[in-house]
Amino acid sequence: METMTGLTGLFDVFLSAGLLWLAWQALASTDLFRAIVLFISFGLLMALAWARLGAPDIALAEAAIGAGLTGALLLSALARLPRDVPAGDAGCRTAFVVRVLAWLATMGLASTLAWVVFHLQPVAPGPGNAVIEQLEASGVGNPVTAVLLNFRGYDTLLEMAVLLLALLGVWSLGVEAEQQVTGADPVLDGLARLLLPLLILVAAYLLWVGAHAPGGAFQAGSVLGAAGVLLLLAGWRLRAAMSSAWMRAVLVAGPAAFVAMAVTTLLIEGRLLEFPQAQAGMLIFVLEACATLSIGATLAALYLGGIPQAEDDA
Amino acid sequence: MTAADLYALAGVGLVGLGLYALIVHAHLLRKILAINVTGSGIFLVLVGLSGTGPDAIPQAMVITGIVVAVSATALALALMLRLTALSGQAELPQDPDDAH
Repeated sequence: METMTGLTGLFDVFLSAGLLWLAWQALASTDLFRAIVLFISFGLLMALAWARLGAPDIALAEAAIGAGLTGALLLSALARLPRDVPAGDAGCRTAFVVRVLAWLATMGLASTLAWVVFHLQPVAPGPGNAVIEQLEASGVGNPVTAVLLNFRGYDTLLEMAVLLLALLGVWSLGVEAEQQVTGADPVLDGLARLLLPLLILVAAYLLWVGAHAPGGAFQAGSVLGAAGVLLLLAGWRLRAAMSSAWMRAVLVAGPAAFVAMAVTTLLIEGRLLEFPQAQAGMLIFVLEACATLSIGATLAALYLGGIPQAEDDA
Repeated sequence: MTAADLYALAGVGLVGLGLYALIVHAHLLRKILAINVTGSGIFLVLVGLSGTGPDAIPQAMVITGIVVAVSATALALALMLRLTALSGQAELPQDPDDAH
């Protein structure tokens, strides 16, 4: 990337300054609701920064997960916090000495990091070139998808395990809290009915297009998760569905498919998750489809918070 | 200075801001926000440092990181709500004698 010039350079400066300002405002705000809303806008600006850095795959994931789902999780947790819990003013209760020491320590760390950013010699040629050279063999045309599902597939295998573990952790903390039922809001319900097929279509498109363009299982899964959150917000009674055996099968479909594929490739090819070149594209698509369903279901279940109970009064 | 350097520097600033907020705030929801800001900063440094042109490996790692971050956030929020239900406050006990 060449030295910044002109309007785009100016835009980059404003965007970086905006990121820092929003993060500072979100962290210093005395009102928790305001802090979360500022954090969501921070996530959207992050998505813009990713686009500027030439990383559209991350921009999609950041907008859907970093800003969208994290924001929904934070707002839902804030709504469940009892009203009488003190919001704790921004840092006022911490002793002045502690704050000064913390400021000095973090400034020292940040200065060291900044020095590293300017003095680190780029590795030439970077490992990214190897990805481009071997892209033919991966079975997909999008280098990011090739890294995620083929060259470093074990990262994604472990990531599916992390998602499942987080859900098990949330479930082990108890039964989901009673959510304030918004009642049958006809506008929200109508909107949810309109958007649901569209969201499913977008998820399927992202999953399919991820093989050769920005997109993929994570982006598609988070769009599915957002569809689930929308239905829960619109007051749909999904608890019975969420606690069914089918739902649990969907939750483990992604990790199970990955483990099965890892064992099979280990037995046939002798290496973990090393696909035969001719079938690589098809195998990756199957894995991604299972992962998409699992990610979407897990994110919606995480939003529900707590183990879902089937309702008797349905 | 390239645009990638600029965003890496902004990432450094976010790491500093997030860590400072993580230390000084007592409220757990603020601590969770601070960890998320720090994480975003680290992602920016990672991709910004990859330098000359888009590199698929750090990008794939950041996508993995974003999904891990949302999982950790969900678990942390559930832990916070459980602690609040048990102790009546969304903060860790200050005094070791308060801990039960």
